[in-house]
Order: sequence, then C-alpha cells, then structure tokens
Amino acid sequence: MKLFKSLLAATAVAAVCIAGPAQAETKRIALVVKALGIGFFEAAAKGAEEAAKELGDVEIIYTGPTDTTAEGQIEVINALIAQKVDAIAISANDQDALVPALKKAMQRGITVVSWDSGVAPDGRQLHLNPSSNPLIGNMIIKLAADHLPDGGDVAVLSASATATNQNTWIEEMNKVKDNYPGINVVATVYGDDLADKSYREAQGLMQTYPDLKAIIAPTSVGIVAAAQAVSDAEKAGQINVTGLGLPSEMAGHIDSGASKSFAIWNPIDLGYSATMLAYNLAAGNAEAKPGAEIPMGRMGALKLDDNNEGAMADPFVYDSSNIDDFKDIF
Amino acid sequence: MSNAEANSQATGRRIPDRLRTPLQRFLASWELLLLVVAIGVFVVNSFASPYFLDPWNLSDATFNFTEKALIAFAMALLIISGEIDLSVASIIALASTAMGFAVQMGVDTSLLVLIGLGVGLACGAFNGFLVTGFGLPSIVVTIGTMSLFRGVSYIVLGDKAYTGYPADFAYFGQGYVWWVISFEFLLFAVMALLFAILLHKTNFGRAVYVIGNNPVGALFSGIRVKRVKFALFLLTGLMSGVAAVCLTSRLGATRPSIAFGWELEVVTMVVLGGINILGGSGTIPGVVIAAFVMGMVTFGFGLLNVPGIVMSIFIGLLLIAVIALPRIARHILARRKA
Repeated sequence: MKLFKSLLAATAVAAVCIAGPAQAETKRIALVVKALGIGFFEAAAKGAEEAAKELGDVEIIYTGPTDTTAEGQIEVINALIAQKVDAIAISANDQDALVPALKKAMQRGITVVSWDSGVAPDGRQLHLNPSSNPLIGNMIIKLAADHLPDGGDVAVLSASATATNQNTWIEEMNKVKDNYPGINVVATVYGDDLADKSYREAQGLMQTYPDLKAIIAPTSVGIVAAAQAVSDAEKAGQINVTGLGLPSEMAGHIDSGASKSFAIWNPIDLGYSATMLAYNLAAGNAEAKPGAEIPMGRMGALKLDDNNEGAMADPFVYDSSNIDDFKDIF
Repeated sequence: MSNAEANSQATGRRIPDRLRTPLQRFLASWELLLLVVAIGVFVVNSFASPYFLDPWNLSDATFNFTEKALIAFAMALLIISGEIDLSVASIIALASTAMGFAVQMGVDTSLLVLIGLGVGLACGAFNGFLVTGFGLPSIVVTIGTMSLFRGVSYIVLGDKAYTGYPADFAYFGQGYVWWVISFEFLLFAVMALLFAILLHKTNFGRAVYVIGNNPVGALFSGIRVKRVKFALFLLTGLMSGVAAVCLTSRLGATRPSIAFGWELEVVTMVVLGGINILGGSGTIPGVVIAAFVMGMVTFGFGLLNVPGIVMSIFIGLLLIAVIALPRIARHILARRKA
C-alpha cells in the first residue's frame, strides 16, 4: 500500500510538472506527426517553432503516437479536440481512417490542414504537399539514372505497403521510367519504415539480384538501412543507394560511397509552412478554396488546386559537395 | 484439509464455511488495489488538466479502450482456462477486410455486421480446432494464425483501402444511444455484465476455473475440457468480430494494418485486471477496472500532450508494479511468519 501511495504521488508530481500554463489569447497549433522520434518530423517541429516565433502569439503542440497507426493518431486527435486547440496540422498515417475524427474536429471549430502525407478532402481544409508528386517520382529515378550511364537493374525499397506518399511516388516513377532507357526496375520490397526489417529486405535484394546497380529507397528509414546493408556487404561503389533521406543520417554513407546522392525537401521549411497555413486559416486571414493563394511567410504562397492541395517546392539534391553544410541542420 | 476438517468435526468444534468474510476478501483483493489506482488516475487527471472533467471529453476518452475491452473479456476467460489467443488483432483485420469486400458487392448494413461476426467466429473455430483437435499449444497456433489472418488481408488489399461503408453502418462506432453514452460504451457495459455472469455465476464459468487450475483433474471430474476450450476460442473469435464491426465503423475504412499491435494491449489489459497469466484465477470486474485505468491514463496523458512513448513506459511500469507488489508483499509476510 505504501508503494502505491508513492506511485500515486509520483504520478501527481509528474503530471503537475508536465501541465503547462493555459494561455487565453495565443493561438494553439498542434503539429501531429506519424510517430514521434523520427528525425524528419523533429526537423519539421523546429520549423513550426520558427514560424511560431515569427508570428509571436502562437503556441506549438508537437505530438503524435508511438507507432505509425491510424488508431494511435485518432487517440491524439481526440485529446486535441478535448483541449480545444485552434488548429491541427497533421501528417496522416491513413488518408481515410482519420476522416471521421478530423471531421469531428472541424465541427467543433478547429482548423484542420494536412501536410506531408495527406488526408482525404472530407477530413481537412487543405493539404500541403512538400513537392509535387510527379517531380519526386521523376527525381528518385533520375538520381539512380544519373550514376548509371550504361543502364542496369535497380530495385525499390519502400516504407509500408499502405504508406500513402511512398505509393504515389513509386506510381509517378513508373510513369516516367521509359524516359530513362536501360534502367530496369526489377522489384519493389517493403521495409515498413523499420530499420531492421528494411536492412533485411535490402540484403534480400542483393542476394536475389546479383547484377543490382542501385537501390531506390523513398523513405528516410529505408535509405539508411539499405546504405548500411550495402556497406556491410562491402558493395559500396558497386551498388548506389539513393532516394529520399536526411542529410544528418546519410552523411556517413555519402562519405563511404554507399550513396552517391539523394534528395529531400527541407522538413524545416515544411513544418514552417504548415504552421503558417494553419495560422492564417485559423486567424481568418485566408480561406481554403480552389484557386486561392494562401500566404506562408518566407516560403511565398500556396496555390490550391481543385482538391484544395498545393505544392511547397522542388526536392533538393544532396551529394558530397553540399552534405557537410546540411548534416548538422536536420 | 479434509483430515483437519474431519478432526475438528470429531471434536465437535464449529467449522467456518469460509476463512474470511466477503468484506475482508474484498479489502485484500486485487480489484480494490486497481480501483484505488483508477480513482487516483481520475483525480490526478482532473487536477492536471482543466479539460478532463467534461462529459463529452470523457465520452471521447472511452473510445480509447471499449473495443479492446470487448476482446479482453473473452480473452480473460481463455487465459483463466490456461490458453491464449494472440491472433485477435489479425482477426479484426480479416473480419474488417471481409466487410469491406462485401461493401463493394453492395451488401447492406445488417448483413455486413453478420459477415463481420461470422468471420470472427470462423477464425475462432479455426484456432480452437487446431488447439483442441491436435493438442497444439495455443501460443504457437495463434502466433501462426496471427500472421495468417493478417496475411490474407494484405493479399486481398495490398496498398489499397476499402471505403464507402453505408451511412447507417457508422452508428456502431460513431453513434450515441443517449446524450454522451456512445453505442460502443453501452455495448461495453452490457458485455461486461454478461461475461461477469458467465464466468462467476454459471457452471460453465466454474469449469473454466477448474480447467485452468488442473486440466487433468477437470477431465477426471467429468468436465469436457476440449469442448469448453473450443467454446472459449469461438467466443474470443466472436468478440474480435464484434470489435472489428465497431472499429471499422469508427474508422469508416479498412486497411490491412487495422488494429495493428492490439493483441498485446488486450493481453496487457487482461493481466493488469488481475487474471493470472498462468491460468486459474482472476475476475471480470478486475478487467473492467483495468480497461478504465488504461483508457484514462492514455487520455489524461494525451490531454497534457505527453509523448506516447512516455505513456507506454507508464503502462509498462504500472503493469510490473501491480503484478510485482502483491507477490513481494506476500513474500515479506511469509518470511515474517516463518
């Protein structure tokens, strides 16, 4: 019983420490991510804080579930609705399953925007794409082709088979792959954005396709695991790992030659833009409707298409010439 | 025991029919311990967040545990009988996929529910058949069917999703019976009552305890052990089907990753509720309180925007503490007496 009392006391102390002061006038914007502890989203949170500082009267709530499930995000959304936040900016684990929960949020007067990984139009006011999907799809195969003048076999290592954005990019990549003659996409495997599973899938690819020249991993977890697998198999220089990754995590693999180049948009810019958009909608400075241009601070304005979607910027290529400048940033 | 009784009878002393009064038993019980924790969590939450004590918010919070608790009731009986079913979350995935497929065929709501329950029942029957028919260990069988059932969903759906459920189907996961009482919460309450009666007030319930304590003894005393166990697997499958209907209705969409990882949360709920993981003891009220504790802890922490990983750590610590404490206490008491 004594232990129980101390357990309760500990909970109480922890709870009191965590409970922040409740501001009356500041706009509270929740940045909801697929899962906490992912470098990309931590960088986006930095961008959101930057936007909050610029705006002045904004408090950022950076939150998300422990694993990338729709059910986990719904629990987070319910908690945010209960707190009556002013806006939710979400990167969704499932574009359909979140719709009922986000609809409820909008009914209670909360501004909802999605960014990075989108929500179906019913469940949000607008969606911010980091770049346009055709440009990314083209970029990931171009990165592989640039270092394969004579062509060769390449394979794709994706996140989970249900990941909205990875699937779109691979689809777009397949549309333009005929523009890269000699490049032969032999397989698509799924590492579920888990380091160990992605590593094993990359090993499997190397064993199944001895002539493999490049692995395209359009996910920040997969690309690091694949580069590690290539390094461990002492095939750096023979197999080029490319795709989408974070400079801080990829710097070592650029140095070792396991990856010659990769691309990513700037997640700091993304978190910044999502926050700016959420703020402008919540404050009534702009309205989300097709054709509208909504300001997002230093990133210009987002032009919405018929689905209330817009693209932020082109993906940016990182290689040995610029990696050192970016590896400390995100 | 019987010798002692015989002796005391011979000397004409009065024999108590139970060692402790019901009140004493309650005061020393696991359920009271849990209830204290539950009230503690509730009080702490109320002070920690100004948003906690709001009927609608509390109503939203119940969705964090109702579906898992529905499965936990059946799982409690299964674990008491000495078996386990780790395929429950995968049964949800398969049942939900079957319902999604049926929607594409233009099936109406009542038939959809029947399909969801039917698939759950069939999966439970499959598990039960493998365990009781071939005498295979349930943990091995259900780890296998865990991959099998979800694997079928992945084959059918791949990276696609089934949507377009009929509007009235949304009632099961999003509807309210009266004011803030959701359909799911009412279902949870009714099922808690039914399972409590089944386990604590029927011969079937007694048989479940006997099997968990001594399967061989149960067999020799005329209990049809295999039949009871098969029924429990059926029941667990059926309740997974019920949870699948509720969750699918709440999400309005089916993906093969639906309810991923729920089997462990259900088992956590059952064990936290005081069900002996080795079988033989535990109560339904314990599981009900454990469901509230888990739901209130996750919701309360959510209101404070505590990162999910801290919640997981807290639930883990709570589980270890609640399980270890009575054992440590018993150990110390036993030493003192000796």
